[in-house]
Amino acid sequence: MEFAISGVEINPLVLVAIGFVVGVLGGFFGVGGSFLAGPALFGIGVPMNYVVGTDLAHIVGKSVVAAKKHRVLGNVDIKLGLLMVLGTVAGVEVGARAIERLKDHANVDLAVGLSFIIVLLVISTFIGWESWRTLRAGGGRTHAKGTDFSAISHFAEAIQRIRIPPMVRLPVSGIEAISLWVILVVAFIGGVFSGFLGGGAGYIRMPMLVYVIGVPTHVAVGTDLFEIVISAGYGTLTHAIKGNVDIMIALVMHTGAAIGAQLGAHATQYFAGPRIRLAFFPLPLIGAAIVAWKLITGSEMG
Amino acid sequence: MPRRGSLSVRSFLLELAIYAVLVVGYFYLALLLLADWLTGLHDRGPYVYAVTALALIVGQGVLLESLTRALIRLTQRWR
Repeated sequence: MEFAISGVEINPLVLVAIGFVVGVLGGFFGVGGSFLAGPALFGIGVPMNYVVGTDLAHIVGKSVVAAKKHRVLGNVDIKLGLLMVLGTVAGVEVGARAIERLKDHANVDLAVGLSFIIVLLVISTFIGWESWRTLRAGGGRTHAKGTDFSAISHFAEAIQRIRIPPMVRLPVSGIEAISLWVILVVAFIGGVFSGFLGGGAGYIRMPMLVYVIGVPTHVAVGTDLFEIVISAGYGTLTHAIKGNVDIMIALVMHTGAAIGAQLGAHATQYFAGPRIRLAFFPLPLIGAAIVAWKLITGSEMG
Repeated sequence: MPRRGSLSVRSFLLELAIYAVLVVGYFYLALLLLADWLTGLHDRGPYVYAVTALALIVGQGVLLESLTRALIRLTQRWR
């Protein structure tokens, strides 16, 4: 079937299947799933600038559902999410403008594809290493419900000791005081990744919420989804104006994602924080492999 | 407890069936009815297209979520 806006031929059932898988992962890990959705769209022949914009649009619809689920479960720190908005929006705009520059002056598929591969490899390696250390230290079984443990939690504690005013208190996340600037920088970085690589950039924001700000994993999952709605919503608008969104692809993908998100959000209740993170670590590698394969062979999947 | 588990599976299967109908509906509604209009909008007015795109995807998200809640309530009433 031809999707006229982006000018590509895709079987709609393939889009629904991609959406379903991404929906399960998004609901479970608190990430938008762009580490798989983006590479999958690229793999089936969607040009990279449309991958970025369309993935953002699809993520909005999915994250609205998943964030609402996590809000009901008490996993969203609304205050933290709202404080992050300014940094997120600024970051998304910077990322989107970088795509525009690449469209004019360089090979956008190669540049974004290589960035994707590097980011996914780094994230996967880091999360795998940290979760393995945490579980070896007994963090997965000895902590009471509502608390969390990380092998590098001393890093977040050091960050919380930075006293650059204004300082804010985040009771839902159990943080007595943290500099607003730290929150804005974390949000900005997440926004840049979202605007440049597509999706909600939960693969970078969620780890930063846990390891840099010190938010418990379950709250990080819900708050990240809340933030994804903001970043992907703004990203959809700015990329659509720049001609990078095929909303038809996003609508079809989202029907599959909506089912998957229901499954994923409920599943988080049965796993401890480090186990969620350990299960997450191989997934970005799949995305990296798809992008690498497409860049090397140039042929389409499915 | 096992009874509760089987009820969850049943309600999920029911949700899945309804969603499947919805997906097929979207193929016809979105792809056949909206496609030309959205393509024209995309070519003529990027700002209107951007707002429409965001409204459509958020609307679809909220609609599916409401449908899910209604389905869960319905299956709970069947117990």
